[in-house]
Amino acid sequence: MYVAVKGGEKAISNAHKLLAKRRRGDTSVPSLTLDQIAQQLAHSVARVMGEGSLYDETLTALAIKQSRGDLIEAAFLIRAYRTTLPRFGYSQPIDTAQMLVERRISATYKDLPGGQVLGPTFDYSHRLLDFALAAEDDGVELPVETAPTLNDAMPRVTDLLGDEGLMEPDPDTVEDAPVGDLTREPLSFPADRDLRLQNLARGDEGFLLALAYSTQRGYGRTHPFAGEIRYGEVEVEFFAEELGFAVTLGTIKVTECQMINQFKGSAKAAPTFTRGYGLVFGQVERKAMSMAMVDRSMRVHELGEEQTAPAQDIEFVLSHSDNIQATGFVEHLKLPHYVDFQAELDLVRRMRAEWFEKRDQENNGEAAQEAAE
Amino acid sequence: MTETSTDPASSDTTSARQKTLAILAAASSEAVAEKFNQLTTPSYDLVRKPETGLVMVRGRMGGTGSPFNLGEVTVTRCVVRLETGETGNAYSLGRNKQKALQSAVIDALWQRSEIRGQIEADIITPLAAAQEADKTAVKHETEATKVNFFTMVRGDN
Repeated sequence: MYVAVKGGEKAISNAHKLLAKRRRGDTSVPSLTLDQIAQQLAHSVARVMGEGSLYDETLTALAIKQSRGDLIEAAFLIRAYRTTLPRFGYSQPIDTAQMLVERRISATYKDLPGGQVLGPTFDYSHRLLDFALAAEDDGVELPVETAPTLNDAMPRVTDLLGDEGLMEPDPDTVEDAPVGDLTREPLSFPADRDLRLQNLARGDEGFLLALAYSTQRGYGRTHPFAGEIRYGEVEVEFFAEELGFAVTLGTIKVTECQMINQFKGSAKAAPTFTRGYGLVFGQVERKAMSMAMVDRSMRVHELGEEQTAPAQDIEFVLSHSDNIQATGFVEHLKLPHYVDFQAELDLVRRMRAEWFEKRDQENNGEAAQEAAE
Repeated sequence: MTETSTDPASSDTTSARQKTLAILAAASSEAVAEKFNQLTTPSYDLVRKPETGLVMVRGRMGGTGSPFNLGEVTVTRCVVRLETGETGNAYSLGRNKQKALQSAVIDALWQRSEIRGQIEADIITPLAAAQEADKTAVKHETEATKVNFFTMVRGDN
Protein backbone atom coordinates (compact mmCIF):
# COMPACT_ATOMS: atom_id res chain seq x y z
CA MET A 1 0.00 0.00 0.00
CA TYR A 2 1.35 3.45 -0.89
CA VAL A 3 0.46 6.25 1.49
CA ALA A 4 1.08 9.76 0.24
CA VAL A 5 2.34 11.99 3.00
CA LYS A 6 1.53 15.66 2.74
CA GLY A 7 1.60 18.54 5.14
CA GLY A 8 5.12 19.90 4.84
CA GLU A 9 4.28 22.69 2.43
CA LYS A 10 3.51 25.39 4.96
CA ALA A 11 6.49 24.46 7.10
CA ILE A 12 8.76 24.55 4.04
CA SER A 13 7.45 27.91 2.92
CA ASN A 14 7.95 29.35 6.40
CA ALA A 15 11.42 27.83 6.58
CA HIS A 16 12.33 29.58 3.30
CA LYS A 17 11.23 32.90 4.76
CA LEU A 18 13.17 32.28 7.93
CA LEU A 19 16.28 31.34 5.94
CA ALA A 20 16.01 34.59 3.97
CA LYS A 21 15.76 36.56 7.20
CA ARG A 22 18.67 34.76 8.85
CA ARG A 23 20.74 35.08 5.67
CA ARG A 24 20.33 38.84 5.69
CA GLY A 25 20.96 39.06 9.43
CA ASP A 26 20.77 42.33 11.33
CA THR A 27 19.44 44.93 8.89
CA SER A 28 21.30 47.72 10.65
CA VAL A 29 24.44 46.12 9.16
CA PRO A 30 24.90 46.97 5.45
CA SER A 31 24.16 44.20 2.97
CA LEU A 32 27.14 42.73 1.10
CA THR A 33 27.47 43.89 -2.48
CA LEU A 34 28.52 41.47 -5.22
CA ASP A 35 31.54 43.65 -6.01
CA GLN A 36 32.66 43.41 -2.40
CA ILE A 37 32.47 39.63 -2.53
CA ALA A 38 34.08 39.34 -5.97
CA GLN A 39 37.00 41.58 -5.03
CA GLN A 40 37.56 41.02 -1.33
CA LEU A 41 36.74 37.31 -1.15
CA ALA A 42 38.57 36.49 -4.38
CA HIS A 43 39.78 33.08 -3.18
CA SER A 44 36.26 31.98 -2.23
CA VAL A 45 35.03 33.14 -5.63
CA ALA A 46 37.86 31.30 -7.41
CA ARG A 47 37.12 28.11 -5.53
CA VAL A 48 33.43 28.21 -6.39
CA MET A 49 34.14 29.02 -10.05
CA GLY A 50 36.47 26.01 -10.21
CA GLU A 51 34.21 23.54 -8.45
CA GLY A 52 31.08 24.96 -10.07
CA SER A 53 33.03 24.67 -13.35
CA LEU A 54 31.90 28.07 -14.61
CA TYR A 55 34.02 31.21 -14.76
CA ASP A 56 31.84 34.23 -13.99
CA GLU A 57 32.88 36.35 -11.03
CA THR A 58 29.67 38.31 -10.41
CA LEU A 59 27.45 35.28 -10.81
CA THR A 60 29.64 33.41 -8.36
CA ALA A 61 29.59 36.33 -5.92
CA LEU A 62 25.80 36.13 -6.04
CA ALA A 63 25.91 32.39 -5.37
CA ILE A 64 28.17 32.94 -2.36
CA LYS A 65 25.88 35.65 -1.00
CA GLN A 66 22.79 33.51 -1.51
CA SER A 67 24.41 30.47 0.10
CA ARG A 68 25.56 32.49 3.15
CA GLY A 69 29.16 31.62 2.33
CA ASP A 70 28.58 27.86 2.05
CA LEU A 71 30.94 27.32 -0.86
CA ILE A 72 29.75 23.86 -1.84
CA GLU A 73 26.15 25.11 -1.85
CA ALA A 74 27.36 28.04 -3.99
CA ALA A 75 29.06 25.69 -6.45
CA PHE A 76 25.81 23.69 -6.58
CA LEU A 77 23.88 26.88 -7.48
CA ILE A 78 26.41 27.63 -10.22
CA ARG A 79 26.18 24.10 -11.67
CA ALA A 80 22.40 24.37 -11.68
CA TYR A 81 22.50 27.77 -13.38
CA ARG A 82 24.78 26.61 -16.17
CA THR A 83 22.24 24.02 -17.25
CA THR A 84 19.88 26.87 -18.20
CA LEU A 85 22.27 28.28 -20.82
CA PRO A 86 22.93 27.10 -24.37
CA ARG A 87 26.44 25.91 -25.26
CA PHE A 88 28.04 27.97 -28.04
CA GLY A 89 30.98 25.61 -28.42
CA TYR A 90 34.55 24.99 -27.32
CA SER A 91 37.36 27.51 -27.04
CA GLN A 92 40.74 27.16 -28.65
CA PRO A 93 43.10 25.68 -26.04
CA ILE A 94 44.44 28.49 -23.85
CA ASP A 95 48.17 29.20 -24.11
CA THR A 96 49.64 29.55 -20.63
CA ALA A 97 53.04 30.54 -22.09
CA GLN A 98 51.38 33.81 -23.18
CA MET A 99 50.03 34.51 -19.70
CA LEU A 100 50.11 38.01 -18.22
CA VAL A 101 51.94 36.62 -15.22
CA GLU A 102 51.15 37.97 -11.75
CA ARG A 103 53.03 35.27 -9.90
CA ARG A 104 55.51 32.66 -10.98
CA ILE A 105 57.77 30.55 -8.84
CA SER A 106 59.86 27.47 -9.30
CA ALA A 107 61.11 25.33 -6.43
CA THR A 108 63.55 23.54 -8.72
CA TYR A 109 65.35 26.25 -10.73
CA LYS A 110 66.57 29.36 -8.97
CA ASP A 111 67.73 31.30 -12.03
CA LEU A 112 65.15 30.51 -14.65
CA PRO A 113 64.47 33.05 -17.42
CA GLY A 114 61.86 35.53 -16.27
CA GLY A 115 62.87 34.97 -12.67
CA GLN A 116 60.98 34.14 -9.53
CA VAL A 117 58.09 36.54 -9.18
CA LEU A 118 56.26 36.32 -5.86
CA GLY A 119 53.16 38.36 -6.65
CA PRO A 120 50.26 38.41 -4.19
CA THR A 121 50.83 35.44 -1.87
CA PHE A 122 50.31 34.33 1.74
CA ASP A 123 53.47 32.22 1.55
CA TYR A 124 55.82 34.57 3.36
CA SER A 125 53.37 36.11 5.82
CA HIS A 126 53.24 35.33 9.51
CA ARG A 127 49.99 33.66 10.34
CA LEU A 128 49.09 36.38 12.81
CA LEU A 129 45.71 38.05 12.82
CA ASP A 130 45.91 41.61 11.55
CA PHE A 131 43.60 43.56 13.83
CA ALA A 132 43.99 46.64 11.67
CA LEU A 133 41.61 44.90 9.24
CA ALA A 134 38.97 44.73 11.97
CA ALA A 135 38.87 48.52 12.09
CA GLU A 136 36.64 50.33 9.61
CA ASP A 137 38.26 50.42 6.19
CA ASP A 138 38.64 54.03 5.12
CA GLY A 139 39.00 53.15 1.45
CA VAL A 140 42.48 54.61 1.13
CA GLU A 141 44.48 52.88 -1.53
CA LEU A 142 47.39 50.92 -0.12
CA PRO A 143 50.75 51.79 -1.62
CA VAL A 144 52.72 49.15 -3.51
CA GLU A 145 56.14 49.24 -5.07
CA THR A 146 56.52 49.17 -8.83
CA ALA A 147 59.48 48.43 -11.06
CA PRO A 148 59.94 48.73 -14.80
CA THR A 149 59.79 45.45 -16.67
CA LEU A 150 62.96 44.79 -18.62
CA ASN A 151 61.98 41.57 -20.29
CA ASP A 152 58.56 40.10 -19.83
CA ALA A 153 59.21 36.81 -21.58
CA MET A 154 58.44 34.05 -19.14
CA PRO A 155 58.85 30.65 -20.77
CA ARG A 156 57.41 27.67 -18.95
CA VAL A 157 59.99 25.71 -16.97
CA THR A 158 59.05 22.49 -18.70
CA ASP A 159 59.70 24.08 -22.11
CA LEU A 160 63.24 24.94 -21.00
CA LEU A 161 64.18 21.48 -19.83
CA GLY A 162 62.93 19.35 -22.66
CA ASP A 163 66.25 19.78 -24.45
CA GLU A 164 68.34 17.39 -22.41
CA GLY A 165 65.80 14.60 -22.54
CA LEU A 166 65.71 14.58 -18.74
CA MET A 167 62.13 15.80 -18.76
CA GLU A 168 59.32 13.78 -20.20
CA PRO A 169 57.78 15.71 -23.12
CA ASP A 170 54.05 16.20 -23.37
CA PRO A 171 52.53 13.38 -25.40
CA ASP A 172 52.17 14.12 -29.10
CA THR A 173 49.12 16.20 -29.79
CA VAL A 174 46.34 14.89 -31.92
CA GLU A 175 44.40 18.05 -32.71
CA ASP A 176 41.35 16.48 -34.29
CA ALA A 177 40.95 13.67 -31.80
CA PRO A 178 37.70 13.88 -29.83
CA VAL A 179 38.10 15.44 -26.38
CA GLY A 180 36.07 13.86 -23.58
CA ASP A 181 33.54 16.14 -21.92
CA LEU A 182 31.94 15.23 -18.60
CA THR A 183 29.16 17.76 -19.16
CA ARG A 184 28.06 15.79 -22.21
CA GLU A 185 28.83 12.16 -21.38
CA PRO A 186 28.69 10.68 -17.89
CA LEU A 187 32.00 9.43 -16.53
CA SER A 188 32.90 5.91 -17.60
CA PHE A 189 35.96 3.78 -17.09
CA PRO A 190 38.72 3.40 -18.10
CA ALA A 191 38.95 7.20 -18.19
CA ASP A 192 41.64 8.78 -20.34
CA ARG A 193 43.75 11.69 -19.18
CA ASP A 194 41.52 14.34 -20.82
CA LEU A 195 38.55 13.19 -18.74
CA ARG A 196 40.70 12.80 -15.64
CA LEU A 197 42.01 16.35 -15.90
CA GLN A 198 38.52 17.76 -16.44
CA ASN A 199 37.27 15.81 -13.44
CA LEU A 200 40.16 17.05 -11.27
CA ALA A 201 39.75 20.66 -12.45
CA ARG A 202 36.21 20.68 -11.08
CA GLY A 203 36.95 18.36 -8.15
CA ASP A 204 36.76 19.27 -4.49
CA GLU A 205 39.84 21.08 -3.24
CA GLY A 206 39.77 19.33 0.13
CA PHE A 207 39.48 15.88 -1.41
CA LEU A 208 42.34 16.48 -3.85
CA LEU A 209 44.47 18.03 -1.10
CA ALA A 210 43.98 14.97 1.10
CA LEU A 211 44.83 12.59 -1.74
CA ALA A 212 47.93 14.58 -2.71
CA TYR A 213 49.00 14.59 0.94
CA SER A 214 48.49 10.83 1.14
CA THR A 215 50.99 10.35 -1.71
CA GLN A 216 53.55 12.42 0.18
CA ARG A 217 53.04 10.31 3.28
CA GLY A 218 53.82 7.13 1.40
CA TYR A 219 50.58 5.91 -0.14
CA GLY A 220 51.83 5.78 -3.74
CA ARG A 221 54.86 8.01 -3.41
CA THR A 222 55.82 10.08 -6.48
CA HIS A 223 58.63 12.33 -5.10
CA PRO A 224 57.16 15.60 -6.35
CA PHE A 225 58.92 18.92 -6.86
CA ALA A 226 57.05 22.11 -7.70
CA GLY A 227 58.71 22.68 -11.08
CA GLU A 228 56.64 25.76 -11.69
CA ILE A 229 53.53 27.49 -10.42
CA ARG A 230 52.23 30.43 -12.38
CA TYR A 231 49.15 32.56 -11.98
CA GLY A 232 47.79 35.30 -14.20
CA GLU A 233 45.56 36.26 -17.07
CA VAL A 234 45.18 34.29 -20.29
CA GLU A 235 43.12 35.10 -23.35
CA VAL A 236 40.23 32.88 -24.35
CA GLU A 237 39.75 32.53 -28.10
CA PHE A 238 36.73 31.07 -29.81
CA PHE A 239 36.29 30.16 -33.46
CA ALA A 240 33.08 31.89 -34.56
CA GLU A 241 31.59 29.85 -37.40
CA GLU A 242 29.52 32.72 -38.76
CA LEU A 243 32.57 34.97 -38.99
CA GLY A 244 34.98 32.33 -40.25
CA PHE A 245 37.73 33.44 -37.87
CA ALA A 246 38.67 33.24 -34.19
CA VAL A 247 37.57 35.99 -31.83
CA THR A 248 39.10 36.82 -28.47
CA LEU A 249 36.35 36.61 -25.86
CA GLY A 250 38.38 38.26 -23.11
CA THR A 251 40.72 37.10 -20.39
CA ILE A 252 40.36 34.74 -17.46
CA LYS A 253 42.71 34.17 -14.53
CA VAL A 254 44.13 30.71 -14.05
CA THR A 255 46.73 28.95 -11.92
CA GLU A 256 48.96 26.38 -13.58
CA CYS A 257 51.19 23.91 -11.76
CA GLN A 258 53.87 21.74 -13.29
CA MET A 259 54.85 19.09 -10.78
CA ILE A 260 58.07 17.23 -11.55
CA ASN A 261 58.33 13.66 -10.33
CA GLN A 262 60.78 10.80 -10.28
CA PHE A 263 60.57 7.90 -12.67
CA LYS A 264 62.90 4.95 -12.48
CA GLY A 265 62.43 4.02 -16.09
CA SER A 266 61.09 0.84 -17.62
CA ALA A 267 62.00 -1.65 -20.32
CA LYS A 268 60.66 0.81 -22.90
CA ALA A 269 61.78 4.14 -21.42
CA ALA A 270 65.03 5.43 -19.90
CA PRO A 271 64.89 7.00 -16.45
CA THR A 272 63.59 10.54 -16.67
CA PHE A 273 61.58 13.06 -14.77
CA THR A 274 57.86 12.72 -15.30
CA ARG A 275 55.20 15.37 -14.83
CA GLY A 276 51.83 15.93 -13.32
CA TYR A 277 49.72 18.84 -14.47
CA GLY A 278 47.35 21.15 -12.64
CA LEU A 279 45.24 23.92 -14.17
CA VAL A 280 42.42 25.69 -12.34
CA PHE A 281 40.34 28.86 -12.57
CA GLY A 282 41.53 31.77 -10.42
CA GLN A 283 44.35 31.85 -7.90
CA VAL A 284 43.96 28.49 -6.23
CA GLU A 285 47.49 27.20 -5.81
CA ARG A 286 46.76 24.56 -3.21
CA LYS A 287 44.33 22.90 -5.60
CA ALA A 288 46.52 23.32 -8.69
CA MET A 289 49.37 21.59 -6.83
CA SER A 290 47.11 18.84 -5.51
CA MET A 291 45.62 18.33 -8.96
CA ALA A 292 49.10 17.97 -10.48
CA MET A 293 50.11 15.41 -7.87
CA VAL A 294 46.94 13.36 -8.24
CA ASP A 295 47.17 13.59 -12.06
CA ARG A 296 50.67 12.12 -11.82
CA SER A 297 49.52 9.41 -9.43
CA MET A 298 46.77 8.32 -11.79
CA ARG A 299 49.31 7.84 -14.59
CA VAL A 300 50.36 4.67 -12.75
CA HIS A 301 49.38 2.24 -15.50
CA GLU A 302 50.70 4.37 -18.37
CA LEU A 303 54.11 4.50 -16.65
CA GLY A 304 54.09 0.81 -15.74
CA GLU A 305 54.09 1.43 -12.00
CA GLU A 306 52.48 -0.77 -9.39
CA GLN A 307 49.09 0.39 -8.13
CA THR A 308 49.09 0.25 -4.34
CA ALA A 309 47.34 3.38 -3.07
CA PRO A 310 44.00 5.20 -3.25
CA ALA A 311 45.43 8.20 -5.16
CA GLN A 312 46.45 5.83 -7.97
CA ASP A 313 43.01 4.24 -8.23
CA ILE A 314 41.42 6.11 -11.12
CA GLU A 315 37.91 4.88 -10.49
CA PHE A 316 38.10 5.66 -6.78
CA VAL A 317 39.50 9.17 -7.31
CA LEU A 318 37.24 10.23 -10.17
CA SER A 319 34.09 8.78 -8.62
CA HIS A 320 34.51 10.68 -5.37
CA SER A 321 36.11 13.99 -6.34
CA ASP A 322 32.94 15.84 -7.30
CA ASN A 323 31.56 17.56 -4.22
CA ILE A 324 28.21 18.33 -5.86
CA GLN A 325 27.57 14.62 -6.44
CA ALA A 326 29.00 13.74 -3.05
CA THR A 327 26.95 16.27 -1.15
CA GLY A 328 23.83 15.23 -3.05
CA PHE A 329 24.17 11.63 -2.01
CA VAL A 330 25.25 12.27 1.56
CA GLU A 331 22.71 15.01 2.21
CA HIS A 332 19.81 13.18 0.60
CA LEU A 333 19.80 11.12 3.80
CA LYS A 334 18.04 14.10 5.38
CA LEU A 335 15.02 13.58 3.14
CA PRO A 336 12.12 11.49 4.45
CA HIS A 337 12.88 7.78 4.33
CA TYR A 338 9.79 6.91 6.38
CA VAL A 339 8.58 4.10 4.14
CA ASP A 340 12.06 2.57 3.71
CA PHE A 341 12.61 2.78 7.40
CA GLN A 342 9.21 1.27 8.20
CA ALA A 343 10.12 -1.74 6.08
CA GLU A 344 13.46 -2.03 7.91
CA LEU A 345 11.67 -1.76 11.26
CA ASP A 346 9.37 -4.62 10.37
CA LEU A 347 12.31 -6.70 9.23
CA VAL A 348 14.34 -6.08 12.39
CA ARG A 349 11.29 -6.88 14.57
CA ARG A 350 10.79 -10.15 12.73
CA MET A 351 14.47 -11.05 12.95
CA ARG A 352 14.52 -10.30 16.66
CA ALA A 353 11.41 -12.40 17.23
CA GLU A 354 13.05 -15.30 15.40
CA TRP A 355 16.28 -14.84 17.34
CA PHE A 356 14.52 -14.89 20.72
CA GLU A 357 12.40 -17.85 19.68
CA LYS A 358 15.47 -19.79 18.61
CA ARG A 359 17.30 -18.92 21.85
CA ASP A 360 14.36 -19.99 23.96
CA GLN A 361 14.12 -23.27 22.07
CA GLU A 362 17.83 -23.91 22.62
CA ASN A 363 17.56 -23.02 26.33
CA ASN A 364 14.57 -25.30 26.69
CA GLY A 365 16.39 -28.04 24.82
CA GLU A 366 19.44 -27.72 27.09
CA ALA A 367 17.27 -27.65 30.22
CA ALA A 368 15.44 -30.74 29.06
CA GLN A 369 18.75 -32.49 28.35
CA GLU A 370 20.17 -31.52 31.77
CA ALA A 371 17.00 -32.74 33.42
CA ALA A 372 17.28 -36.01 31.51
CA GLU A 373 20.88 -36.41 32.67
CA MET B 1 39.87 28.14 -47.37
CA THR B 2 37.58 30.56 -49.13
CA GLU B 3 38.67 32.76 -51.98
CA THR B 4 38.29 35.97 -50.00
CA SER B 5 40.41 34.90 -47.06
CA THR B 6 43.45 34.21 -49.28
CA ASP B 7 43.34 37.76 -50.58
CA PRO B 8 46.01 39.67 -48.62
CA ALA B 9 43.98 42.87 -48.33
CA SER B 10 41.07 40.89 -46.94
CA SER B 11 43.18 38.98 -44.43
CA ASP B 12 44.67 42.28 -43.25
CA THR B 13 41.13 43.52 -42.71
CA THR B 14 40.24 40.30 -40.90
CA SER B 15 43.20 40.68 -38.60
CA ALA B 16 42.37 44.36 -37.94
CA ARG B 17 38.76 43.41 -37.25
CA GLN B 18 39.87 40.65 -34.89
CA LYS B 19 41.84 43.25 -32.95
CA THR B 20 38.85 45.59 -32.87
CA LEU B 21 36.57 42.84 -31.61
CA ALA B 22 39.13 41.81 -28.99
CA ILE B 23 39.45 45.37 -27.71
CA LEU B 24 35.68 45.77 -27.48
CA ALA B 25 35.39 42.40 -25.73
CA ALA B 26 38.07 43.31 -23.20
CA ALA B 27 36.49 46.69 -22.39
CA SER B 28 34.16 47.05 -19.43
CA SER B 29 30.46 47.54 -20.16
CA GLU B 30 30.75 51.08 -18.74
CA ALA B 31 33.62 51.94 -21.10
CA VAL B 32 31.74 50.60 -24.14
CA ALA B 33 28.56 52.45 -23.12
CA GLU B 34 30.46 55.71 -22.69
CA LYS B 35 31.93 55.46 -26.19
CA PHE B 36 28.68 54.27 -27.72
CA ASN B 37 26.76 57.20 -26.25
CA GLN B 38 29.09 59.63 -28.00
CA LEU B 39 28.10 58.15 -31.38
CA THR B 40 25.23 59.18 -33.55
CA THR B 41 23.42 55.87 -33.33
CA PRO B 42 22.77 54.47 -36.80
CA SER B 43 19.58 52.58 -37.53
CA TYR B 44 20.11 48.82 -37.47
CA ASP B 45 18.27 45.52 -37.38
CA LEU B 46 18.94 42.79 -34.86
CA VAL B 47 20.07 39.73 -36.80
CA ARG B 48 20.68 37.84 -33.58
CA LYS B 49 19.48 39.55 -30.45
CA PRO B 50 21.93 39.61 -27.53
CA GLU B 51 22.18 36.08 -26.20
CA THR B 52 24.10 34.64 -23.25
CA GLY B 53 25.52 31.13 -23.43
CA LEU B 54 28.48 29.02 -22.50
CA VAL B 55 31.83 28.29 -24.08
CA MET B 56 33.81 25.36 -22.75
CA VAL B 57 37.38 26.54 -22.20
CA ARG B 58 40.11 24.11 -23.13
CA GLY B 59 43.57 23.72 -21.72
CA ARG B 60 46.40 21.48 -22.82
CA MET B 61 47.78 18.53 -20.86
CA GLY B 62 51.10 19.62 -19.42
CA GLY B 63 50.71 23.02 -21.11
CA THR B 64 51.54 21.89 -24.65
CA GLY B 65 49.91 18.47 -25.04
CA SER B 66 46.50 17.36 -26.24
CA PRO B 67 43.49 19.49 -25.32
CA PHE B 68 41.20 18.80 -22.36
CA ASN B 69 38.12 20.61 -21.10
CA LEU B 70 38.89 22.90 -18.17
CA GLY B 71 35.50 24.47 -17.43
CA GLU B 72 32.99 26.86 -18.93
CA VAL B 73 32.75 30.63 -19.23
CA THR B 74 29.66 32.74 -19.76
CA VAL B 75 29.69 34.50 -23.12
CA THR B 76 27.28 37.01 -24.63
CA ARG B 77 27.02 37.54 -28.36
CA CYS B 78 24.98 39.68 -30.72
CA VAL B 79 24.69 40.36 -34.47
CA VAL B 80 23.30 43.55 -35.99
CA ARG B 81 22.88 44.78 -39.58
CA LEU B 82 23.07 48.46 -40.42
CA GLU B 83 20.68 50.08 -42.85
CA THR B 84 23.71 50.47 -45.11
CA GLY B 85 24.22 46.69 -45.12
CA GLU B 86 27.22 46.08 -42.84
CA THR B 87 26.91 43.24 -40.34
CA GLY B 88 28.45 43.77 -36.93
CA ASN B 89 29.24 41.02 -34.44
CA ALA B 90 30.07 40.91 -30.77
CA TYR B 91 31.39 38.13 -28.59
CA SER B 92 32.59 38.72 -25.08
CA LEU B 93 32.91 37.08 -21.68
CA GLY B 94 30.17 37.79 -19.20
CA ARG B 95 26.44 38.37 -19.37
CA ASN B 96 26.11 42.00 -20.33
CA LYS B 97 23.62 42.22 -23.19
CA GLN B 98 23.83 45.98 -23.59
CA LYS B 99 27.58 45.75 -24.06
CA ALA B 100 27.11 43.02 -26.69
CA LEU B 101 24.59 45.09 -28.62
CA GLN B 102 26.65 48.28 -28.47
CA SER B 103 29.86 46.43 -29.41
CA ALA B 104 28.12 44.84 -32.41
CA VAL B 105 26.95 48.26 -33.63
CA ILE B 106 30.46 49.67 -33.22
CA ASP B 107 31.89 46.70 -35.14
CA ALA B 108 29.39 47.31 -37.95
CA LEU B 109 30.27 50.99 -38.13
CA TRP B 110 33.98 50.11 -38.14
CA GLN B 111 33.38 48.17 -41.34
CA ARG B 112 32.19 51.27 -43.18
CA SER B 113 35.48 52.36 -44.69
CA GLU B 114 34.51 56.05 -44.76
CA ILE B 115 34.15 56.21 -40.96
CA ARG B 116 36.56 53.47 -39.89
CA GLY B 117 39.24 56.06 -39.15
CA GLN B 118 36.91 57.96 -36.88
CA ILE B 119 35.77 54.84 -35.02
CA GLU B 120 39.41 53.83 -34.58
CA ALA B 121 40.42 57.26 -33.30
CA ASP B 122 37.43 57.89 -31.03
CA ILE B 123 36.75 54.43 -29.69
CA ILE B 124 39.20 51.65 -30.46
CA THR B 125 42.50 53.42 -29.90
CA PRO B 126 41.54 55.00 -26.55
CA LEU B 127 40.08 51.71 -25.27
CA ALA B 128 43.21 49.85 -26.35
CA ALA B 129 45.43 52.45 -24.70
CA ALA B 130 43.52 52.15 -21.41
CA GLN B 131 43.76 48.37 -21.54
CA GLU B 132 47.47 48.53 -22.30
CA ALA B 133 47.99 50.93 -19.38
CA ASP B 134 46.18 48.56 -17.03
CA LYS B 135 48.36 45.68 -18.17
CA THR B 136 51.52 47.72 -17.77
CA ALA B 137 50.49 48.71 -14.24
CA VAL B 138 50.02 45.04 -13.33
CA LYS B 139 53.38 44.17 -14.89
CA HIS B 140 55.16 46.90 -12.95
CA GLU B 141 53.56 45.94 -9.66
CA THR B 142 54.44 42.31 -10.31
CA GLU B 143 58.01 43.13 -11.32
CA ALA B 144 58.64 44.75 -7.92
CA THR B 145 58.08 41.31 -6.33
CA LYS B 146 60.78 39.62 -8.42
CA VAL B 147 63.43 37.94 -6.31
CA ASN B 148 66.99 39.13 -6.84
CA PHE B 149 69.13 36.32 -5.53
CA PHE B 150 72.59 37.19 -4.39
CA THR B 151 75.26 34.85 -3.18
CA MET B 152 77.16 35.48 0.00
CA VAL B 153 80.82 34.85 -0.79
CA ARG B 154 82.59 33.38 2.19
CA GLY B 155 86.24 34.34 2.24
CA ASP B 156 88.70 31.60 3.13
CA ASN B 157 91.49 34.04 3.94
